[in-house]
Amino acid sequence: MFSDRLQLVAILAAIALLLVVLELVRRRRLLERYALLWLASGIVLLALASWRDGLERLAKLVGIYSPPNALFVVALLFVLALLLHFSAAVSRLADQSKVLAQRLAILEDVVREEAERAPAPARAEATVEDLEAITRR
Amino acid sequence: MHSAYPRLVLVPAYNESATIAGVLANVREQLPEFDVLVVSDGSTDDTSARAREGGARVLRLPFNLGIGGAVQAGFVFARDNGYRLVVQVDADGQHDPAEVRRLIDAMASHPSADMVCGSRFLSKDHRYPAPVSRRTGIHIFAFLLSRLVGQRVTDPTSGFRLYNRRAIELFARDYPHDYPEVEAVLMLHHHRLRMQEVPVRMFERGGGVSSISSGKSAYYMIKVLLALFVGLARARPVVDAGDRAPVAAGHGI
Repeated sequence: MFSDRLQLVAILAAIALLLVVLELVRRRRLLERYALLWLASGIVLLALASWRDGLERLAKLVGIYSPPNALFVVALLFVLALLLHFSAAVSRLADQSKVLAQRLAILEDVVREEAERAPAPARAEATVEDLEAITRR
Repeated sequence: MHSAYPRLVLVPAYNESATIAGVLANVREQLPEFDVLVVSDGSTDDTSARAREGGARVLRLPFNLGIGGAVQAGFVFARDNGYRLVVQVDADGQHDPAEVRRLIDAMASHPSADMVCGSRFLSKDHRYPAPVSRRTGIHIFAFLLSRLVGQRVTDPTSGFRLYNRRAIELFARDYPHDYPEVEAVLMLHHHRLRMQEVPVRMFERGGGVSSISSGKSAYYMIKVLLALFVGLARARPVVDAGDRAPVAAGHGI
């Protein structure tokens, strides 16, 4: 059974989810590319919660006796999809930070070599003269 | 660097201050015509300082990337600085720099070889002092890998390796993450590069802690096996020039 009360709760929950996601995007706390899946899940859950007939048909189609359970299944699938999405995102971040660490180490070495090759005092004097010439203008 | 064919000894090191100086002194003595690069993989001790005292150039990774990331940093350095030959030697004293000559000889006599590995299991007279469990693991990898690449591989976990320019360029672009040696053999095969093994002696570690502790060896095995089978099925094993960027800002799925 899908009672009116349960339907109301489901609709409110879906709307709350959508509002929170949209607000996070608006405040730039959530990048659009990560918000898309959340928005999709909010919209689908809202649609199924408000369109009773659709939910019942879906339940019958996949052989779930009670329509509310179909709603849970859909929500669970979205949660799984989000988790997978985040694992992929974390893997990508790990890869990016690896490349950054390697390049940083190589740059640090180059900077060190340059500093050792060019004696500092000569450079400093030149800079002071240059500065004076500029200020005299 | 001044030679027409600049050569590099690549020493990945993670907290090896006890042994690094000795290894570097040995390398200098045995391989005077090589430049030496130590990649300190987020070491928390004075490995970097010791390595610099020992006359090596040092890349200091800001945090621990694991052996794969550290070695790849060395390949990127070698590629960008035009090195023609890289030999990888462990910082713990396991590998004998005098044996690098064998690797070089093997590459000279097999001009098609892009990577030459020192194997501790090829010669019968040297007994490698490793626990049975680890030896068994290595032999399982060796068995699988030999079938996958259609060539006899006896010591796929050996990090005592000589690489030519083609291998350097390949591994600078992509090198496996966590336990890279086994997978690297497979990568090489996918890219139609050749490898060759030569018998070498290996010593017990001079100090420090191995990157593979005994408790983790089961985890290690599972992970490498997964990597092997995934590596087989990977849609696009390595990014080639002009391909989509491997590390992009776009969607993960």
